[in-house]
Amino acid sequence: MTSPTVTPPTSDRSPSTTAFAAIDKGTPRFARLRGSLQQLLAFASLILIVVVFSIASPHFFTANNLVSILTAATVTGVLALGTTFVIITGGIDLSIGTGMVLCGVMAGVFLTYLGWPLWAGVAATILFGGLIGLINGVNISVLGIPPFIATLGMMLIAAGLSLVISGTKPIYFNETPEFQSIMNLSIIPGIRFPMGVAIFIVMIVVAAVLLSKTILGRYTFSIGSNEAATALSGVNVRRWKIVIYTLAGLFVGLAGVLSASRLSSAQPTGGMGLELEAIAAVVIGGTSLQGGKGSIVGTVIGALIMAVLTNGLRIISVPQEWQSVAVGIVILVAVYLDMLRRRRA
Amino acid sequence: MTDSAPSGDVAGTPLLDLTGVSKGFPGVQALDDVSLELRRGEVLALVGENGAGKSTLMKLLAGIYTPDAGVFRLNGEEITIEGPKHAQELGISIIHQEFNLMPDLTVAQNIYIGREQRAAGFFLDERSLNRRARKLFEGLGLALDPTERVENLTVAKQQMVEIAKALSFEAKVLIMDEPTAALNDAEVDVLFELIGRFRRPETGVVYISHRMEELTRISDRITVLRDGRNVGTRVTAETDQREVISLMVGREISGEQRPAARPIDGAPVLSVEHLSTRSLLRDVGFEVHAGEILGFAGLMGAGRTEVARAIVGADPRESGEIRMHGKAVSIGNPAEASRHGIGYLSEDRKHLGVLLERSVRENIVLSALRDYTSALGFVNDARIEATGRDYIERLRIKTPSSAQLVQNLSGGNQQKVVIAKWLAKDCDVLIFDEPTRGIDVGAKEEIYALLKGLAEQGKAIIMISSELPEVLRLSDRIAVMAEGRLTAILDNADATQENLMDYATRFSSEGTIA
Repeated sequence: MTSPTVTPPTSDRSPSTTAFAAIDKGTPRFARLRGSLQQLLAFASLILIVVVFSIASPHFFTANNLVSILTAATVTGVLALGTTFVIITGGIDLSIGTGMVLCGVMAGVFLTYLGWPLWAGVAATILFGGLIGLINGVNISVLGIPPFIATLGMMLIAAGLSLVISGTKPIYFNETPEFQSIMNLSIIPGIRFPMGVAIFIVMIVVAAVLLSKTILGRYTFSIGSNEAATALSGVNVRRWKIVIYTLAGLFVGLAGVLSASRLSSAQPTGGMGLELEAIAAVVIGGTSLQGGKGSIVGTVIGALIMAVLTNGLRIISVPQEWQSVAVGIVILVAVYLDMLRRRRA
Repeated sequence: MTDSAPSGDVAGTPLLDLTGVSKGFPGVQALDDVSLELRRGEVLALVGENGAGKSTLMKLLAGIYTPDAGVFRLNGEEITIEGPKHAQELGISIIHQEFNLMPDLTVAQNIYIGREQRAAGFFLDERSLNRRARKLFEGLGLALDPTERVENLTVAKQQMVEIAKALSFEAKVLIMDEPTAALNDAEVDVLFELIGRFRRPETGVVYISHRMEELTRISDRITVLRDGRNVGTRVTAETDQREVISLMVGREISGEQRPAARPIDGAPVLSVEHLSTRSLLRDVGFEVHAGEILGFAGLMGAGRTEVARAIVGADPRESGEIRMHGKAVSIGNPAEASRHGIGYLSEDRKHLGVLLERSVRENIVLSALRDYTSALGFVNDARIEATGRDYIERLRIKTPSSAQLVQNLSGGNQQKVVIAKWLAKDCDVLIFDEPTRGIDVGAKEEIYALLKGLAEQGKAIIMISSELPEVLRLSDRIAVMAEGRLTAILDNADATQENLMDYATRFSSEGTIA
């Protein structure tokens, strides 16, 4: 398989789009402009927030702090990347938070209990995430359980299994001390730039290419845009939905590895609520819960907005209770602006 | 698929040949022993009233339904259409009335969905996909940008995309359901040019339309369906509109008793003037009097339901004045309409008329619930039960008890629940939209009796119906609509199925009918 030239995911439109637009006089060109405007708007908000915090505190705009924002965004961000695909199909995945925790526990099982080598344990963990997604996909696509319910069930199953498997105690990676460097190893001399952030960046590119350059991405949009018409056109919608939920699961597996590595241990509790943070990032990024619309760039910006807000509010000493209020308001404003835009379109 | 058409001996066999096709649904025989043939190189028009069976026939050909009986032959060979994809593979392409496009994808992506150009297995080759689409458009003479998102296109251009998609399959049989419904004159010309280019000795077109003027322009023969039967095929050049309409309408109406002309007192209860909406309605005006049933006739999409929805404020009005008992009223939503005494009983009973999972009595008092609620907000169940029982008796709703869930009732009885609900509100004007849709014959009679009874009690009634005999039988006066305009208001005595159909097909593009 030849690798395509990877374009930076700043625009999902090929340059030829604008070139040809001039030929067709009947096209409402402002409409396509508006599409990129939304992303510009989200990006501008991110910049604005950064500027405000930079003025408010001298400790905000420092290399170290920016890196710690990226680090904080990494785990939620990886979850949000996979979820973007699911949401564009018009579905939802509530199992990613506790699924991630279960994957972390499984990493502990593979590496510490079973003593597998590092690479095998990590690969198995990611595949285990894919298995969770596969089960979600089958439940939704073959059994016809609505995505909300299917993944709600999986969310509770994963939360319970984490506790059962670990015996409610954290699992430490005593056999493979290198495990913690997957997330934490500093890869740029001079500043503390963790490898986990680099992995996040690579995954952004992978997800963007998958979504905009492959058949998988095409059907993701097509299913979300008009599932019945897609099926009528001879696309095996059931199979592709299973593939898409499995893909989201693989991202969950990776997030499980990263978060366990970050803490140097698999914590069997928690994870509840993380799925909503990831979904919030996706939604702030302009992906529609109705399906059919969305982008990876948007999701990344959404994840960064959330991370910057949390970090910045802490730096200017806003109590933690209020940080959640602020994020909530941001979600409402972002989604309302998006609705306004669509209504005028 | 691309093998050349069998030559010589089969040249005389029809391209597509249907024999004895039947299809029934619970309560309706949609198609009853229909036979028809599509000859090579012809455009066959398929016409018929609403519910004549055109759409069912089309869905059979699309592989969406399977027939109960009948034989399909393509080029003389018997075929079984297994599904939408199989129909395409057989060379049967269908342009549905409601679009089957993905609005968030581009034009080219829509056309080749499921048949993507791939660069290396998993990766898409967007550039050659667009090139292929551009070539297709050039060949068809269409001004479409392959990279434009479909949601940004006008309805007419979306229609073009549908057509281009159908033609990209190298179809042999092209079936079009009301393809001009959303097009203006210039766009219709482009469409006809496309059809002309598509039409070759080895292809054929089935063209479903209501517009008589178009049929004379585009079709070679006209097949008329009525009540699920093929009632005749005419060569277009040898027939005229009158003959086609009388075939469509068919039934003798003499047997049906018409309402005796009732004296109508002078002042109208509801009067509507200059009603227009952005999407469809143009300057609609009429009056309804107490004790009168005003029927609304017209073809699908003529704007009858839209009139009702605009009056009760369910859709925004662009202009128009609504008066109740001579006084101008401002109605912004259905709740305000019912406060002013106008009730609208939707055609979509299951979605907009009743709460299927709730009891009969709850449904009956739903709009009037405030009257059954104490000052503290507690609902008085005993009174609701009493009212429920009262209406069940008065309308003879067949239900074991008032606590029965509405979903367990038959269609006719569900409709009675909806009517009871509005009677409980005590409205002066009741708008019935397709009150007998999906209701069996016996229950229809009861609904008719109910409507007449309501009018006799002094209610002003508007009845929208797609069944002309029903309109003729119940209405004191009949308003006819075409393309969002009112083309006639007739006294019942002056109305016949023929002249109603005539007014219902008066399209603006066509001017007056010769």
